[in-house]
Amino acid sequence: MQRIGVFVCWCGSNIAATVDVKAVAEALGKEPGVVYFEDYQYMCSEEGQTKLQNAIRDYKLTGAVVCSCSPRMHEATFRKAAAKAGVNSFMVEIANIREQCSWIHKNKEEATEKAIILGRAAIAKVHLNAPLTAGESPVTKRALVIGGGIAGIQTALDIADAGFEVDIVEKKPTIGGKMSQIDKTFPTLDCAACILTPKMVEVAQNEKIRIFSYSEVDKVQGFVGNFSVSIRRKARFVDEVKCTGCGLCTEKCPQKKVPNEFNLGLDQRRAIYIPFAQAVPKVATIDPDYCTMLKTGKCGVCSKICTAGAIDYKQKDSFIEEKYGAIVVATGFNPIELNKYDEFAYSQSPDVITSLEFERITNAAGPTGGTLLRPSDGEHPKKIVFVQCVGSREDGSGCGKTYCSKICCMYTAKHAMLTREKYPDTEVYVFYIDVRTPGKSFDEFYRRAVEEYGVHYIKGMVGKVIPQGKKLMVRASDLIDRKQLLIDADLVVLAAAIEPDKSARPLATMLTASMDTNDFFTEAHPKLRPVESPTAGIFLSGCCQGPKDIPETVSQASACAAKVIGLLCRDKLTGNPCVAHSDELMCNGCSTCEKVCPYGAITYQDKEFRMPDRTMRTRRVASVNPAVCQGCGACTVACPSGAMDLHGFSNSQIMAEVDAICK
Amino acid sequence: MEQNNLKETLLRISGVNPRKCMKCGKCSGTCPSYDEMEYHPHEFVSMVENGETEKLMASPSLYRCLTCFACVERCPRGVQPAKLIEAVRLAVIRQQGMNHLKPDQLPDMLDEDMPQQALVSAMRKFAK
Amino acid sequence: MQVNEEKFEPTIVAFCCNWCSYAGADLSGTNRLQYPANVKIIRVPCSCRVNPMFILRAFQRGADGVILCGCHPGDCHYTTGNYFTRRRMTLLFSMLEFLGIEKERTRLEWVSAAEGAKFAATMNDFVATVTKLGKNRRLEDLRCKK
Repeated sequence: MQRIGVFVCWCGSNIAATVDVKAVAEALGKEPGVVYFEDYQYMCSEEGQTKLQNAIRDYKLTGAVVCSCSPRMHEATFRKAAAKAGVNSFMVEIANIREQCSWIHKNKEEATEKAIILGRAAIAKVHLNAPLTAGESPVTKRALVIGGGIAGIQTALDIADAGFEVDIVEKKPTIGGKMSQIDKTFPTLDCAACILTPKMVEVAQNEKIRIFSYSEVDKVQGFVGNFSVSIRRKARFVDEVKCTGCGLCTEKCPQKKVPNEFNLGLDQRRAIYIPFAQAVPKVATIDPDYCTMLKTGKCGVCSKICTAGAIDYKQKDSFIEEKYGAIVVATGFNPIELNKYDEFAYSQSPDVITSLEFERITNAAGPTGGTLLRPSDGEHPKKIVFVQCVGSREDGSGCGKTYCSKICCMYTAKHAMLTREKYPDTEVYVFYIDVRTPGKSFDEFYRRAVEEYGVHYIKGMVGKVIPQGKKLMVRASDLIDRKQLLIDADLVVLAAAIEPDKSARPLATMLTASMDTNDFFTEAHPKLRPVESPTAGIFLSGCCQGPKDIPETVSQASACAAKVIGLLCRDKLTGNPCVAHSDELMCNGCSTCEKVCPYGAITYQDKEFRMPDRTMRTRRVASVNPAVCQGCGACTVACPSGAMDLHGFSNSQIMAEVDAICK
Repeated sequence: MEQNNLKETLLRISGVNPRKCMKCGKCSGTCPSYDEMEYHPHEFVSMVENGETEKLMASPSLYRCLTCFACVERCPRGVQPAKLIEAVRLAVIRQQGMNHLKPDQLPDMLDEDMPQQALVSAMRKFAK
Repeated sequence: MQVNEEKFEPTIVAFCCNWCSYAGADLSGTNRLQYPANVKIIRVPCSCRVNPMFILRAFQRGADGVILCGCHPGDCHYTTGNYFTRRRMTLLFSMLEFLGIEKERTRLEWVSAAEGAKFAATMNDFVATVTKLGKNRRLEDLRCKK
């Protein structure tokens, strides 16, 4: 039997004016188990807290009920005070007789009666309370960043600057991501490589950062502070340590007909390659799908030519096991496939290109050396049509996306502007549905394209692109002039919608991080916790969370790093003790709870149980990881055998409250 | 009131929700009869939504639509303008009252050059 | 009869999730928005913590109405909890109706932490509805009667 003390607060006149506090205290004093009762003007004051502590000592209380304001207000205060007097803080319950009684009722008799009932419910609950101690878990002071684009780079640099070790896992042979493919950046028009490559070098030179390029996350186990991750280092058939990145092999390799993915297939590379000159790490990689040596065993030119002896045709995938305290997802985006948009003739004509392809064509390090030339015949296009919202803002029934891809309006304005600047004799048309340019200096930038550079912005959508000889006939509507246009364009550029990288979905499953229907990672709170996943210890950086431009990506990446640093700074994580727990004797191992848990806190273990006939039997039972469980209680209701219960809000406690209220 | 009823009827028989339209004009950008029309596919959608059906019913644009369904195919929001135009046509026919083609009138109209299908579809359309 | 009905004070149990609805209830208190004293609130971490057993128990012990409040769909503090609640309660309420407990005696309502006024209005409406229905027939556990 508990020894319970009841403390009724007047809250000045806030409670006392409508509730007869003395009557409440006396009525509750008659409840079973209540050995002490008191009413006081301000329980939350220093004096009031001392009264609580003295009563605990003098009457050897094991639990306390404070009838006062909302537990959201002062539960922590009273629990802390009780803990100081030697009673476990979870043995204190609050009866909310201010917000939910005195303030909403006028009739004193009614309010007093209700206050007594609320007090009874709290007493009934305390009878079933058990002391709870928050679990502690250590924190591995190392972070993993998945994805080496600008988001991953920025997050890694910021975390490393704070003195923590960071590993970057990048599936491509080099870090840099999409930004490395971009020519210029809006709205300042500075060259992307000029601002990105120094950061890439910084990453490579930072002692705290390790880059696992050409690698993928294979398995993730554990929980916040204690992840253990298995990283697959794909065989690149080149020894990373020995390779000096001289690039001799990439010039001599006889297999020349490999589509160059860095230039989006607009030109060709060799079977052994370094994606681009500023690659980090600057190490060659052999493409096993095209290498003659790996396919037929006859060639070996690169190994003969390599003075460092770095080529290793027998290399196999290897695995690295590492422990991390926090994981940052920075998997980024890709433009969507446009093959299904037949009306734009993307798959019919090489002169219909995506905006990212346009970036490569205008990039000085691209396939044309930065001269704007048509992919089909290498001629200067004289008339260019840009089509906005290709695959964005659709109704979701087709192959497109329902969301606005956010960056297209600005990069199209940039493309149009740069084209007009470099080639003033080129006519540029932009077909738009809406021009969306919120952002610092963004709308000014778009207006400059129209006013200073004379880009023709036309409200309307392109209905069809018809390749005709060397021309592309573009049929479109001009909604403002109420006419249909037929433009004989030389080049059509499609602003393709962007979508999360395909690797994100399986990764989310591995991390038990939630995603929306578009495969973007969901944040813990859309406004107040935008860089954290609801799964503790998983953080979001860049476009994996939603479409973003570079400035936004970088600020989100730094915000994400700040959150990671905040976590890694701590030596121990104190959990919330009000977590679920499973009664192993009742659990039948059905996996229902595992399926409803939004945090992946429940796992199954095979345990040996002693049977009545003294034999041992192995059974599969649920076990809750208290460090991951957030205590929502979804599993407690889902459990068909009633094995799951929640500390602090147990079935019997809530049932006792119901009984007390309905008495 | 009657205007509203007409709009509702049009939306019901076409199954089109004009509010889904984001006014991109891709339907009009793709329409092969655009230049023949006074009101264009995207205008049909917004005019029905705004209750200006009478104007549409009086316009010859109705019969310039080839029902090629290019607009339906390419609309990014799945609005289906051609179905709406067909519904307006149907509304015109209904207003003409019970002037259905009757089976006993058929023999007089038979003509060697007239395709069988035209008769059948006339019957079907008028009976809607 | 008329007099009796006026005197009838229903017992109403309200389950409120800690993050939205309980805070909403607090807000209606802070704003001094009146609702009848018949409503007694039980705090739960999430609406999905409410086991159908609790509601059956309330009806067994003489509750005249049970209302369950949670965060709006999509706003759940635990991401998906209220979706579970919505499904469970649809089934439970329909079963209770099958057992002869009017569906007006049970209610599931989404109240956010900012909707103090909605909380008070909901409670006023619910109490009025239940009062009009009169005393509930009590579910009884016959096993306890020996």
